[in-house]
Amino acid sequence: MDAKGAQASTPAGAGGSEAEEASAAGRRRLRALLVALLQSRTFVVGAVILAFWILDALFWPLVVPQDPEAMIPEITLRAPSLAHWFGTDDLGRDVFSRTLAGAASTLTVAPAATALGVIGGILIGLFTGYYRGIADDVIMRIVDSLLAFPLIIIAVLVMSILGPSLVNVILVIGIVFAPIVARTVRAAVLVEREREYVAAAKLLGNSNLYIMFAEILPNIGGPIAVEVTIRLGYAIFTSATLSFLALGIQQPSPDWGLTISIGRAFLQIAPWEVLFPAAALATLIVGVNLVADGLRQVLEE
Amino acid sequence: MTGADSSLADRRALQVEGLSVSYLRRGKASRVLSDVSFDVLPGEAYGLVGESGCGKTTVAMAVMRYLAPNARVDAGRILFQGSDLLSAAEGQLRELRGNRMAMVYQDPGSALNPSLTVGRQIAEVYRFHRAMAWKEARDAAAAMLDTVQIPDARRVMGRYPHELSGGQQQRIMFAMALATDPDLLVLDEPTTGLDTTVEAEVLDLVSRLRTKFNASILFISHNLGIVARMCERVGVLYAGRLIEEGPSRDLFAGPRHPYTLGLLRCVPRAGMRKDVHRLDPIAGSLPPLGLEIAGCVYAARCPIVRPRCTEEAPPSLPSGERRTSRCFYHGEVPDIPAGAEAAATSSRRGGDAALLEIDHLRKAYGARGNQVTAVADVSIELKAGEVLGLVGESGSGKSTLAKCIVGLVEVTGGTIRFDGDRLLRATDWRNTALRRKLQMVFQNPDTALNPSHSVRRILRRAARLLARDASSGEIERRVASLAASVRLRPQHLDLKPSALSGGLKQRVAIARAFAGAPALVLCDEPTSALDVSVQAAILNLLADLQAKDRVAYLFISHDLGVVRYLSDRIAVMYLGQVVDIGDAEAVFNPPHHPYTEALLSAMPSIDAVERPARIRLTGSIPNPANPPAGCRFHTRCPRLLGEICRTKEPPWQQDGDGHLYRCHIPPGDLRPVQAGTRAGRDDGGPAAVSPQAQ
Repeated sequence: MDAKGAQASTPAGAGGSEAEEASAAGRRRLRALLVALLQSRTFVVGAVILAFWILDALFWPLVVPQDPEAMIPEITLRAPSLAHWFGTDDLGRDVFSRTLAGAASTLTVAPAATALGVIGGILIGLFTGYYRGIADDVIMRIVDSLLAFPLIIIAVLVMSILGPSLVNVILVIGIVFAPIVARTVRAAVLVEREREYVAAAKLLGNSNLYIMFAEILPNIGGPIAVEVTIRLGYAIFTSATLSFLALGIQQPSPDWGLTISIGRAFLQIAPWEVLFPAAALATLIVGVNLVADGLRQVLEE
Repeated sequence: MTGADSSLADRRALQVEGLSVSYLRRGKASRVLSDVSFDVLPGEAYGLVGESGCGKTTVAMAVMRYLAPNARVDAGRILFQGSDLLSAAEGQLRELRGNRMAMVYQDPGSALNPSLTVGRQIAEVYRFHRAMAWKEARDAAAAMLDTVQIPDARRVMGRYPHELSGGQQQRIMFAMALATDPDLLVLDEPTTGLDTTVEAEVLDLVSRLRTKFNASILFISHNLGIVARMCERVGVLYAGRLIEEGPSRDLFAGPRHPYTLGLLRCVPRAGMRKDVHRLDPIAGSLPPLGLEIAGCVYAARCPIVRPRCTEEAPPSLPSGERRTSRCFYHGEVPDIPAGAEAAATSSRRGGDAALLEIDHLRKAYGARGNQVTAVADVSIELKAGEVLGLVGESGSGKSTLAKCIVGLVEVTGGTIRFDGDRLLRATDWRNTALRRKLQMVFQNPDTALNPSHSVRRILRRAARLLARDASSGEIERRVASLAASVRLRPQHLDLKPSALSGGLKQRVAIARAFAGAPALVLCDEPTSALDVSVQAAILNLLADLQAKDRVAYLFISHDLGVVRYLSDRIAVMYLGQVVDIGDAEAVFNPPHHPYTEALLSAMPSIDAVERPARIRLTGSIPNPANPPAGCRFHTRCPRLLGEICRTKEPPWQQDGDGHLYRCHIPPGDLRPVQAGTRAGRDDGGPAAVSPQAQ
């Protein structure tokens, strides 16, 4: 009995310090991920740009010099000056104020649409990847045929049926994105479902729902996080395009896509009306994409 | 350095002197090799052994100058035929690697270019290093394939790597390495990942090539038995230090470092059984990478540690003829008592009631017309509390059989009865009462535990699902007692699997399988991913749990030593069929079925006794989609009788109590046949057997 006790305590005795070390290692790993992200110049630059626009979308009423919708007929189409840094538009509104205010609609539509698309995509991807079989074949062929069309064509078609509104833009982009996210999720699920922990979970009698959402889903967080950032960039782009085609947000919103669409008519005499919102849109998309690239690089390491 | 020394240096093919290597990670240097010195004489095979993480592969990479970009050589020299490799220029290195030294890697599948035919890949070596014309190079390549004993060389040359078996791929790697007639061959775990029978063939090939090419060999392996067989001298690496060195026979027969002794005591040897001998695992674990240790690296785990050991690093001390040991007290090593007490309880043989009855089980994959039969007509019975070992090469259907039993796949035909009830459907349809009694431990502890769940969550979930109507307090108590029964410490419970070592992970997996009240636990290669010292602890744990809870195991392994140690009965599978089944000693001692005999003969053993005979299987296991007619083993059988084996399915022969084997040779004729082979030939190949055997 004594000998047995000694046998039991020797490996465990060394295991004690090992355990402490290991739990510290777990914390260190999380911190290492953050440190690695902060060390990635791509990620940091993108995050700074994104943070700027998010702060702007939340707090623009506090910083704009003029009401972005206030029309002053005397000063239409004025070039940039000290009074109006980005000039004025065809209705005499301050372009600087409108550019700052325009971030709000984009940064409402795009994240909401992305969230909708990602949630839908995760559901479709998990079910098809986990169950396989005929349902998987059928759904994935539908997805394939959807992906054969350029996204924007489907969005335009659906929007012209539903009619333009903020909610409809979110719905349409979300629905169009879901199959794309589903493919990524499904590919990750196909790898995970073959791992032995899934077999072990089945042997214990876990329900399929539990296995999908509690066992598999936490382990495919990496690809989903990358997909989210990439989709966000596309969502911004798509919502701006719909606005530009007058299928999205309507006048007199300072939305960038819409502003560019209206300012197009005055491009030759007042290019600033288009230039500044376009530049703002471009920086936002670049910022999101930099975040996506940085995240992917760090996660791949 | 004296003149005499330099003339000695000329005699050495390879000389590693005081080599220290660090890896830089995030600006921090971790020492992986410290002051490693050894030399290899011309024509000598020198083995480097050690467990994972000891730095063996780093030595190989340093010798070839293939070190990773973040590796830094802190000190030391590597002399190859007198010239320093570490200071050699890139051009000179290419010259050396191409013409005088070559390396064979662990995984031939990834070392070969998948988009070129193997013939072209070998021919390119001749083109590049020998400046031959294409035609000439192709002829040379074909000749080299003959040398590495690839039958039908011309046809194989036109194949792509994926069309060849693992053993053949490794032969191709040898052909490429030998194409330049090197003076030094570095072999880094060349047979790891191959089946034992194929491994034996490849090792035979290496032995034969050695005499032909007279190259020096640096043989790196974790397998003590292989090194003992292949090498004249051995160095044992531990935590980046060469802790013992000497002629392999002397070293393995009488180790002079506590670590070497510990390693040898971990391995189940012939004649050891769980009910008589306990394995003796090494306490503690490897020091973490990069930890600066002032004294002896092994002091923390050493049974004869003294105060001096933690203060002063032992130098390389002479410990016998041509032997050195980095232990101050190497003289005391032979007297270290075995820490193993006798087995916890003597093994109780199974009762009379059959727990598991498998009757004519069949499992086929794929659609009709393109079917692969993984399990063909298997009938096995397992009694309560009994350990049935299941052995066979990969592709023999062992794992599929286990999956059928637990219900991970649906069976195609036949019946499985468990505890009197018939099991048919897959696991989704089975009930909790059955799940409590029938669980499984998987092969790879890295993937068998969900990486994003803590150990506590994993065990709690298992306890909750398998314990009926338990309160949460009861479940917490159950988790604590499960953890204690597999000797996990409470602080391990809050860790994620990635923070645990391989051995600890496997303990968690075992605890999970025991969360209910199992009557049968299927163990699918539970120790094959673990180092020997860890394996010993897991095998002890399995033996203890079985003795305590009267659990039956179906223990699947390719390691015959492990199976023999743990099993009461053994079944040998070949191509989806059981070909040999009976009590452990009856099956192995002596072997009856020619396949069992070949498996045993292929097993590398540390004990340096002369083997009575070596019978070898040629080729690889046939495609199960199209199994050979007659006896399924006839294409590779070393004791082929003749036409009858090719056409007629062999009957079950019975020898002694309950020992059955499927062969045309009856037990009475077997002994003379085997004896005849032993006397007549000793290098394998099909033996001529007189037809009177039938």
